[in-house]
Amino acid sequence: MSSFLPPSERNWWSTPVGKQEILWIGIALIWCLIMFFMMPYWHIYGKQNLSNEAYQTNAPRFQAKVDAMVASYKVGEEAGVPIVKPPPGSDVYMLGRLWQWYPILELEKNQSYRLHLSSMDWNHGFSLQPVNINLQILPGYEMVITVAPDQAGEFTVVCNEFCGIGHHLMLGKIYVKEY
Amino acid sequence: MAQFRVCPDSGFYFDKSAESLMKANAVAGAVSLLIAGILALGVILTRWQEVHLLPADVFYQVLTGHGINALIFWIIFFEMAILYFASSTLLRTRLAAPRWAWLGFALMIIGMVMNNVAVLQGNSSVMMTSYAPMQAAPHFYLGLILFAVGALIGCFVFLGTLVIARDDRTYEGSIPLVTFGALTACIIAIFTIASGAIILVPTFLWSIGYIGHIDAAMYRVIWWGMGHSSQQINVAAHVSVWYLIVGVLFNARPMSEKVSRSAFLLYILFLQLASAHHILVDPGISSEWKVFNTSYAMYLAVLASMIHGLTVPGSMEVAQRAKGYTKGMFEWLRKAPWGNPVFSGFFFSLIIFGFLGGITGVVMGTEQINLIIHNTIYVPAHFHATVAVGTTLTFMALTYLLIPVLFRRALFLPGVAKIQPYVFSAGMTLMILFMLGAGTLGVARRHWDMDFTGALLAFEYSGTAYTMMAVAGIGGVLGVLGGAMYLVVTVGSLLFGKKLDESAGLFQGFGVPLAPSAYNVEQPERLQMAPKLAVEQHGSAGFEAPGTFALALALLVCFVVYYFINWDYLSSVWPLS
Repeated sequence: MSSFLPPSERNWWSTPVGKQEILWIGIALIWCLIMFFMMPYWHIYGKQNLSNEAYQTNAPRFQAKVDAMVASYKVGEEAGVPIVKPPPGSDVYMLGRLWQWYPILELEKNQSYRLHLSSMDWNHGFSLQPVNINLQILPGYEMVITVAPDQAGEFTVVCNEFCGIGHHLMLGKIYVKEY
Repeated sequence: MAQFRVCPDSGFYFDKSAESLMKANAVAGAVSLLIAGILALGVILTRWQEVHLLPADVFYQVLTGHGINALIFWIIFFEMAILYFASSTLLRTRLAAPRWAWLGFALMIIGMVMNNVAVLQGNSSVMMTSYAPMQAAPHFYLGLILFAVGALIGCFVFLGTLVIARDDRTYEGSIPLVTFGALTACIIAIFTIASGAIILVPTFLWSIGYIGHIDAAMYRVIWWGMGHSSQQINVAAHVSVWYLIVGVLFNARPMSEKVSRSAFLLYILFLQLASAHHILVDPGISSEWKVFNTSYAMYLAVLASMIHGLTVPGSMEVAQRAKGYTKGMFEWLRKAPWGNPVFSGFFFSLIIFGFLGGITGVVMGTEQINLIIHNTIYVPAHFHATVAVGTTLTFMALTYLLIPVLFRRALFLPGVAKIQPYVFSAGMTLMILFMLGAGTLGVARRHWDMDFTGALLAFEYSGTAYTMMAVAGIGGVLGVLGGAMYLVVTVGSLLFGKKLDESAGLFQGFGVPLAPSAYNVEQPERLQMAPKLAVEQHGSAGFEAPGTFALALALLVCFVVYYFINWDYLSSVWPLS
């Protein structure tokens, strides 16, 4: 009953601790350390890591970069959205705005691209389905990740950060082709 | 001069003004829970795609209201009651500055009403997180600010009460463990409210046009200093209540005061920066910072929770074994009072918080694994395990304990109360498990339409995802039913429950103390230290709680297996660097 009464010993801090508790604390601590080491380990040996590359930007500046890419590499159009096929290894851009991911990208399998992402207005969530890669996209920040699609097919970018009444209409596409 | 009454059944002393404040805060909390529960039904029945009840605008509005009422108002009102109980009642002392406490309560009520009105008006459907630059109406933020100021006053009244108790020497030795845990919660609360002020005050000024720009990244970093830390208040508070419940039900004493208190101390030292795990996939934040803040900082707090996970049921096991339930590993648990909702509520909350809430929280708080989980419906599944079951169910169990003691009423419909924790836990577990599954399949959180009807481009989730969301919907409805049963029992007890004290009446239930004749003690006898054990228990003996240790190892095995399954899943997605 001493959980809600003052401890039975005045010097409770110097009473010995049971073996069972010490053992458990030791096991739990080791497990916490293993979990800590997994993160740096994955940075060195794992293949899925975010870069630390990001820049401050603003909507017009990022929009200009997207427009330049669309002008150079546009190969078609779907539902009024341009489809863009930039060369492998290049910088590719995708912007999120109410309520669209723009433009549609066509990438080659097993090639890497530097993907730049930013938002024109509010927070958006870049959720690549069905692969299930999820990133937070903020206005004013340009995030750069190197992505190397290892599956061919049609992939959808769902917005998974609430962005107003049209949030559930906000989709984008990435096509990965095998040559 | 402060007046006290003593509860003849429990022996707890109540200071008149503290008692009224506890009642008022508990009732305000229950009202918030009622609002949250009704809104929850709207959320559940919309996300269950085959039902898809609400239109989009109402859904987002309802989801905003549900989050704020459940996560902020219900829990913090109830925690104020716990703070007053853990200080004034447990230490047998008068409450410091009751008028200030009432002012705090009034501000919290005004803030709660103001915020709910803003959401109800429809121009503040910004979700609980209200990420700038999306903007809500000014009174949305002002309501939250007033609520936080009120809560802050409550925290200082709690601290003042501790000081009075020490000066008046109302207790021998050190403060009890439960009060120590409440103090932990209070300290974390002060940090939380400071973070809240730092971000919400400028956001409020921005919403009325005095500030031109709120940086989106800064908002998220500081907002989560409040948003996540406020959940750590809950953890500290509900772990304290766990210790209280095992103390009251089983006469259990902590296995080691030193270990349990050190674990609480770890919460204060290391939980705060754990809010970093909300921004693991944000731009502009370095990996070193993320790894440091989620591992060094958070894992020492995880360690603390793992310690409580052993010592809370462990202390119960030791007490039960001392009573002769020594057969096998688990007789102590089998012979526990499973028909008493105080016990069943506490125990289910402990298990679900640890196995579902704890494990998923650490897994998704891992820097790289967050990539496959961030903002999917996995996230709400996690925090429903921690907050909606861990904290909320614990508070429900505590309510069943307090209705006779504090309100002097017998439980209304005890049969309903008896099964309530079972219904609530079963429903919530079902919902949580299937939301975790759907999140793994990529289903987005805070999303009105899995079908994307009307979108220019098309996308379809897998059939399994739909099935999972439907089962989660069924679980959610069952959970709401469990919540409704709780409210029927609680409100019914205040209105119709058998009076355990002649003067316990309807209005007494709503903040006014019992009849003056009940308060006949000027200053209670000094609280004595817990009796010493006849035999020295610690240190020498081997395993005093083998059953608990086996349960703890089971948790660890689940934890390890599930953790590496997620790394394996991560390794299968597109390479990123």
